[in-house]
Amino acid sequence: MNYLPHTESERRAMLDTLGVSRMEELFADIPEHVRFPDLKLPLPPLPLSQMELEAHLRELAGQDVNATSHECFLGAGAYHHYIPATVDYVTGRGEFFTAYTPYQPEASQGMLQAMFEYQSMICQLTGMDVTNASHYDGATALAEAVRMALNLASDGRQKVILSPTVNPHYRETVQTYLLGSEASLIGEGVVPGEMGSLVALLDDRVAALVIQNPNFLGQFEDVAGLADQVHQAGALLIVVTDPIALGLFQPPGAYGADVVVADGQPLGIPLSFGGPYLGIFATRMQYVRQMPGRLVGETVDRSGRRGYVLTLAAREQHIRRARATSNICTNAGLMALAAATYLATLGKSGLRRVAELCYHKSHYAAQQLAERAGLAINPHKPDQPFFKEFSVQLPRPVEEVNRILLEDFGIIGGFDLGSCYFGFEQQMLIAVTEMKTKAAINRLVDALAKVTA
Amino acid sequence: MPEIEKRSIEKTVYELSSQGRSTNLMPECDVPEAKLPVDLLHEDLHLPELSELDVVRHFIRLSQRNFCVDSGFYPLGSCTMKYNPKINEACARLAGFSQSHPLQPIDTVQGNLALMFELQEWLKEIGGFAAVSLQPTAGAQGELTALLMMRAYFRDRDETGRTQILIPDSAHGTNPASTTMAGFEALEIPSDEHGNLDLAALKAACDASVAGLMITNPNTLGLFERNIESIVRCVHNCGGLVYGDGANMNALVGAVRPGDLGIDVMHYNLHKTFGTPHGGGGPGSGPLGVSEKLASYLPGPMVCRLKNAEKSEPAEKIKPVYTLFTPEKSIGRMNSHFGSFGVFVRAYAYILQHGAEGLKQSALHAVLNANYLRERLRGIYPLSHDRTCMHEFVLQGKIEGSSVRAVDISKRLLDYGFHPPTTYFPLIVPEALMIEPTETESKQTLDAFADALKAIAQEAVDHPETLQTAPHATPVGRLDEVRAARKLKLRDDGLQIKL
Repeated sequence: MNYLPHTESERRAMLDTLGVSRMEELFADIPEHVRFPDLKLPLPPLPLSQMELEAHLRELAGQDVNATSHECFLGAGAYHHYIPATVDYVTGRGEFFTAYTPYQPEASQGMLQAMFEYQSMICQLTGMDVTNASHYDGATALAEAVRMALNLASDGRQKVILSPTVNPHYRETVQTYLLGSEASLIGEGVVPGEMGSLVALLDDRVAALVIQNPNFLGQFEDVAGLADQVHQAGALLIVVTDPIALGLFQPPGAYGADVVVADGQPLGIPLSFGGPYLGIFATRMQYVRQMPGRLVGETVDRSGRRGYVLTLAAREQHIRRARATSNICTNAGLMALAAATYLATLGKSGLRRVAELCYHKSHYAAQQLAERAGLAINPHKPDQPFFKEFSVQLPRPVEEVNRILLEDFGIIGGFDLGSCYFGFEQQMLIAVTEMKTKAAINRLVDALAKVTA
Repeated sequence: MPEIEKRSIEKTVYELSSQGRSTNLMPECDVPEAKLPVDLLHEDLHLPELSELDVVRHFIRLSQRNFCVDSGFYPLGSCTMKYNPKINEACARLAGFSQSHPLQPIDTVQGNLALMFELQEWLKEIGGFAAVSLQPTAGAQGELTALLMMRAYFRDRDETGRTQILIPDSAHGTNPASTTMAGFEALEIPSDEHGNLDLAALKAACDASVAGLMITNPNTLGLFERNIESIVRCVHNCGGLVYGDGANMNALVGAVRPGDLGIDVMHYNLHKTFGTPHGGGGPGSGPLGVSEKLASYLPGPMVCRLKNAEKSEPAEKIKPVYTLFTPEKSIGRMNSHFGSFGVFVRAYAYILQHGAEGLKQSALHAVLNANYLRERLRGIYPLSHDRTCMHEFVLQGKIEGSSVRAVDISKRLLDYGFHPPTTYFPLIVPEALMIEPTETESKQTLDAFADALKAIAQEAVDHPETLQTAPHATPVGRLDEVRAARKLKLRDDGLQIKL
């Protein structure tokens, strides 16, 4: 199976035009001793037909447990939310997904306007002035935000306070992105959720303070007065958030964030074993010329008709080269389109409803687990409000409990907090989205009650 | 020329919004409602209020204002806009792939891990590398990853004085941008009159301050670097490493393995070479292949086969065969999870459909198509270099006796129903038009495109204003990019509606 259209006579005619007898002759610039190697690919002896291919991939995919075959209570940064039918319908249009980056605006108004609308809606959602047209995912959006803060620090500030309740994978990614710089990350040793101890680290060497809200443990951080303290110290406040929470809760812009980043996966993007996801990046207008990533702006054509183009390209790698604000080129355009369709479909009341359902259902689950299974909920900070995730203290290792949940109850259990937080041994982080019915939650509660009895 | 109706302006989602309208998708709450922390709630969220039909019509109308491979020829140089097989889309949507969570226990995702493992193995063999990590989410991220690995490699060897990365003047802008991000300095190396890297200039630049060279091969002129082995030797002799930018790998699959040429590290663009769709700007996927000396620095997690893994006795559960690992000296993680898994599924399916011979045939035909189209255009537009090209070539958008520029020719092509070539890149060719037809285009399409460019060349002489005011058949005419940057409008909340 391949997709080559030429007939033998067409190929012959083309070769004659070139005055060569075989296609291989066109490769004479390649050193002969390495030309046309015999590739030893461990592939089936013959290429697969579409039928065979589909059967093979079905078999492979069939080996995977997934959120439709089991009840999934695993979150920790990637969530099983409902995806309205409009999203796959729109992103499945070849007009969008088989296009390249909109370099020719007159032939790309569809994608450009969709990105402009994405930018507009994310600004509203985050309470910020300007949003770019996407990053790869939440972790890389954060890494770029930290880089921007360091670049903006004209006085050579080289420290960044990274709250330990920021997603551990995001923290690792930021660390990798900074390997080429002199900057250092601090805050690792602070007790999770202790905002005061983070603030105490602020000094005139700190370029930014990064928090996640709701944090990795699912809880809201105490942000009252935080932005003022950060700004007084001459630093920027970067907030990682959950876009679904913003359907109901105050946006980071309202409490003084300078940069808001998030993974947009909950906005209509499937779990897809971790990617492709969507990096949301929003900031204040004053930083627009230092921000990374593509931006779509409104303009007019020759006859004054409204249209959209990629703008402020002077920040970008193809113009500014070594002095660009980032190297980002390909981003997550189709995922941003998914998010735009999701937000337009659910709208103001729909997103609020999703957030409310997550809130009520997770609280019901927590309350039931406390009452019927006798488990301690959020033992480190029981009074701090949470959104759709919470932790429970188990009397046994999380891995062991998860195995039983999976094998005996058909449940994908929560995340093992002990795997990345000291002092959180045998704590499971449980995510409850709008997808979980009362019956499913009750099954989890019954199962955990049994396993931990 | 196709008659494309000039459609009226499409309102934005905010302009379409009607207060109080909604699509109710969510079920009733089936649990007792919990008390909300009122002081944390927002007062109002200004999102659009639309019916489902409003949403569908809006986005479908937007889709109709977008050029794509599925609707027409898209010869965008260095972007490899080949056909994206539809079966691959169907496969990527299978629930096991699309609905599995990245943090599930490894024995519950053996299908995913098997797919990733095989893809790693195939990419190793195709490129001639010792190891492959699938983690980078785009070509540019692959570059950054590799440069950070090189940095770590030299630090371990106590060669921290290596601060420079050599980059040809024909390189993609991502190369110098990635270099800066990784904390190196970019030093530009000129091209010679044959369109190759200037070997003498390279030799002069190679010393103990050089960490490496980033080279795109075939280069952005569509030419194979004839001196590649001398270039690699020169960099290796001064102790540097060679990075291969795999953006143009579509010309080389089955024709030569970059690892055999001595390339130490290279990113693949699965969304170019292996037929996965570009998504209107992404997602991409930029796996990295490396030689033995860099293998232990790759970002994790990667997939390996467990030793002694075999399907156990009947009646027992199948033991896991694949697992995740992070290489010994890994630079760390480059993103949240494993990279663009959904893109891996499509690339995996692409490779299985082609087989080794099919992959090679694709490269052969990509090069045949480019040379054929180049020959058809000879004498109409000046060629940047008169040499056999690989998968793409560069013309100059100049017509004798006419004042039109490359941009005018590109915009006029839209009226003929073709996507323009990459315009004004590479920077070293004045009025550059960079054309990459790909292997999936028929002779008829190539002929029609050549005929269009020929007709446009005639128009350029007869009535240049037609080109200078083009396009005429698109939903909007030529857009004012200067105004967009001067009078920044990067959002519209529908609060002030002006049409």
